[in-house]
Amino acid sequence: MRPFDYQRAEGIDHAGQLIAAENAVAIAGGTNLLDLMKLQVETPQTLVDVNRIGHAEIEDSDDGGLWIGALATNTDTAVHPRVKADYPVLARAILAGATQQLRNRATTGGNLCQRTRCYYFTNIDQPCNKRDPGSGCGAIDGIARLHAVLGTSDQCIATYPGDMAVALSALDATVHITSAHGKARTVPVRDFHRLPGHTPWKDNVLEPGELITGVSLPAPVEGTQIYRKVRERSSYAFALCSIAAIVEMDGDKIARADLAFGGLAHKPWHDPEVGEVLVGQKPGAKLFDKAADVLLRDARGYGENDFKIPLARRTLAAVLAEATGAEL
Amino acid sequence: MSAYLKQDEPDNVNRLDHMRQGVLGTDASRIEGLLKVTGTAPYAAEYQLDDCLEGVLVTATISKGEVTAIDADSVLSMPGVVAVIDDPSLTARAAQGTAGEAPAQPAREVGYFGQPIALVVAESFEQARDASKHLKVSYRADDDVAFDPEAVEAEPQDGATSQGDLAHAMKEAPFSVDVTYTTEGHSSAAMEPHAAIAQWDGDTLTVYASLQMLNYNISELADSLGLDEDKLRLVSRYVGGGFGSKLGVSEETVAASVAAMELGRPVRVAMLRQQVLQCIMRRSETRQRFRLAAGEDGKLTGFGHEARVSNLPGESFAEPVLQSSHFLYAGENRELSMEVARIHRMTAGSVRAPGEAVGMPALECAMDVLAEKCGLDPVELRLRNIPDRHPANGTPFSSHKLAECLKQGAEAFGWDSGPRSPRHTREGEWWVGTGMASAARVHNVGEAKARVTLKADGTALVETDMTDIGTGTYTILAQTVGEMLGLPVAKVLVELGDTHHPRGPGSGGSWGAASICSAAYLACLALRETLAKRADVAEEKLELKDGAVVGGASLIDLLDGRDLAEEGHYEPGDIADDFTASGFGAFFARVRVNRFTGETRVEHMTGAFGFGRVLNTKTARSQCLGGMTWSIGAALTEAMLFDPVDGHLANCDLAEYHVPVNRDVPDLDVVFVEERDGAASPIQAKGIGELGMCGGAGAIANAIYNACGARVFEFPMTPDKVLAAMPD
Repeated sequence: MRPFDYQRAEGIDHAGQLIAAENAVAIAGGTNLLDLMKLQVETPQTLVDVNRIGHAEIEDSDDGGLWIGALATNTDTAVHPRVKADYPVLARAILAGATQQLRNRATTGGNLCQRTRCYYFTNIDQPCNKRDPGSGCGAIDGIARLHAVLGTSDQCIATYPGDMAVALSALDATVHITSAHGKARTVPVRDFHRLPGHTPWKDNVLEPGELITGVSLPAPVEGTQIYRKVRERSSYAFALCSIAAIVEMDGDKIARADLAFGGLAHKPWHDPEVGEVLVGQKPGAKLFDKAADVLLRDARGYGENDFKIPLARRTLAAVLAEATGAEL
Repeated sequence: MSAYLKQDEPDNVNRLDHMRQGVLGTDASRIEGLLKVTGTAPYAAEYQLDDCLEGVLVTATISKGEVTAIDADSVLSMPGVVAVIDDPSLTARAAQGTAGEAPAQPAREVGYFGQPIALVVAESFEQARDASKHLKVSYRADDDVAFDPEAVEAEPQDGATSQGDLAHAMKEAPFSVDVTYTTEGHSSAAMEPHAAIAQWDGDTLTVYASLQMLNYNISELADSLGLDEDKLRLVSRYVGGGFGSKLGVSEETVAASVAAMELGRPVRVAMLRQQVLQCIMRRSETRQRFRLAAGEDGKLTGFGHEARVSNLPGESFAEPVLQSSHFLYAGENRELSMEVARIHRMTAGSVRAPGEAVGMPALECAMDVLAEKCGLDPVELRLRNIPDRHPANGTPFSSHKLAECLKQGAEAFGWDSGPRSPRHTREGEWWVGTGMASAARVHNVGEAKARVTLKADGTALVETDMTDIGTGTYTILAQTVGEMLGLPVAKVLVELGDTHHPRGPGSGGSWGAASICSAAYLACLALRETLAKRADVAEEKLELKDGAVVGGASLIDLLDGRDLAEEGHYEPGDIADDFTASGFGAFFARVRVNRFTGETRVEHMTGAFGFGRVLNTKTARSQCLGGMTWSIGAALTEAMLFDPVDGHLANCDLAEYHVPVNRDVPDLDVVFVEERDGAASPIQAKGIGELGMCGGAGAIANAIYNACGARVFEFPMTPDKVLAAMPD
């Protein structure tokens, strides 16, 4: 890796000041950043160590929801009694990701900022518009097995690789952000990550100098929560397709269907129309197919990842069948 | 009794069965195990040498052509950078196994994207790695470079078999199968990266390296450097996985040596993880067509196996896909042939069980298709097609345990030999099914020397440059010597992996154990002659146990204050031509296939293996478990993904090259089938390092079909491929 300066932040305001410096990057668990620095995909001038600034708390919030600090580790979040009781989709999503060792280090804020696993992004001898704007996209005509089928652009077909954020999207969580000047703002997690468009180097809406302070979950809702991750091997693999689902039944009809999808796009994919198709209807194969039609209406494969389109359809059917008890 | 034996005749006396110590064939734990689990067994990169510099390889960013200029000044002013090495001695590739001479030089001639071309040396590893990414290199790049093995003409490979009239047999047969399978490239992906530290004292070069076959490596390195072998010492005491990728001397070892000689300071070079995958030899992808013709009784009348593999131009190695197909099953009309496509991916070479690792699973899938057509239980189909002799050249088998493996394996697994049809069992979202396959792996042996010294204190010392690549060589040598000389394992010191010792056979092709233990056995026989004389009995009557003649003098008394040493020298003889020798086995697998997502999980697997004398039940079983685990990877997940534009390897780390993880590997049962193969080696042992993966992926593939009805013809059988083949 390239030589860099190391600064330890003593509090959130201090972190904000340090992070405002030219080419400064915050480091918490470092589970993704350090790998990318070794590869020189990331070449920060300054690492701001935020591990001592607090914000690792997981607390009940006044509205009955839950606050998860940016520095709470993935493990602490996944095993938290309220997460397990009220937001099991989040616990399951976290536990479906990485390995125990990585989850012990990875944090809420860092995990939200996890970068893509695109083979071309992580190889500096290859073109990548995300890493090196204007150099081209190696994946579009290359190895695109892991890549997106929704919301792609001619600049980038990378996927957001994480699991936690997919569950947060289904839960309609809110990301809390602060800037160097102490200015706070919130962003719905569904709007936190971006589509690549013409600026694929921007993974999310964080501006330079901004830091995530935590994530708030709304008060829990009724219903069945499922996280389904499809992958080649049963652990330590990124999703070919994943679904976070919160589905509530009212008699024999679906009363609520909050769904988010991983492995399909540059962001956790949430399309409210998918839920709208389902709500108020009796579950069954035809309905699930209709929901998949809506989800995949603009899907586009790039050869190697064409399979993700039928795979997403079938996985959605499996999840909805499990959630509603429908026989398929 | 001479300590030299060129084996021309079978040895069915089985002397080892009549020794008294009772330590060979037990489950003795690895004698170096404590060192390994406490992190105190030094691996190549872990030797601490004063004043050691750090080198990082620079790799090519073109696919074919040559380096026209390396601008050393572009990095020499960076902090800590000492030198840029681009000497013509640097090797472009690793040596193929048993080459015994320098691999392709110079490194400036580029054959594939990611090939090492130079070395940057600095005071610290991080400085060297940083500089390696900033070195300015100019190239002359060739146009029209071929990367796709299917897009080029292929050269026919020597050794084809054509016997009878297969086309006619196919036409006439009541049952016939004509199917084609493909397999993707595999990487050895060893945990320990390829690494070396070289130290030059102005006259002699000492290299600590991670290598499998020092007996060949010393010649390869000497030839690469233009150095006399007697000025070179290679040390490779512990190897953290080789799987064939450390058979021949590789780029980092040569580069460290060149740099150390040029700079006069020790130099360490370890490949980066990405380089390990991008630079080490790949197992070639394969395309394999099978034509099987069978009579009403399921007996094969025709057997065809044609394969296409690939390699770089000029490389002699061709994945020997047909190796066991030559003799495994009967069929008087035979066509076996292979062709090699020349493409510019990294060198293709030996990866665990070259040939059978991909040839056997594909063959066993084709046999499953045939069994279904014939309406026969797949085990029964195989039992009916075991030939009496090699079906092409007529040589007898040295020993043949396939039938016993099939029967004992089926029993241990609880195989249902009743009618089979897919989708017989569903549990929730999962289809559950079973499949089986035969295992075969040709038996090899190599010339081997080992010196055994009985110390005056009644302990024994074994010395050879043989390596232990994690397989248990230290332990089985201690057991063999302990058995022969009447000593417990704890009284036998084994020193390996140093070219100052007599030449061993090296670890490769599963021949290490049988070859080196035969050399030690011969040395012990000679020692026993001397001891017998001193004890005044015939050698055959000499009974040694726990450091003494049974009911007589102790070894210490017999030695009378002096060490006694013999060098055993074993050489394969004519016997290799007189017999067909192979390990055999059978795999049985139960899998679950998700009916929505096509994900496959192996639920249970049994392997039954006959490979001659079992030297150590624990380390042999571990070899089988490792092989079966590789079978799971080959069946379901492992594939090297090559970019179609420049041929580079895309998935070049352990997160993206998917070897099985713990959760993918269920309880695996291993059954040893009792065997003594006197023609295989003087100790009646054959190899087990590879047999455990020679067919196993086929059992899993056949279980996928039995579970869900998807006949998949492409390995690995990832969810997308299973779904594409799954009936509605």
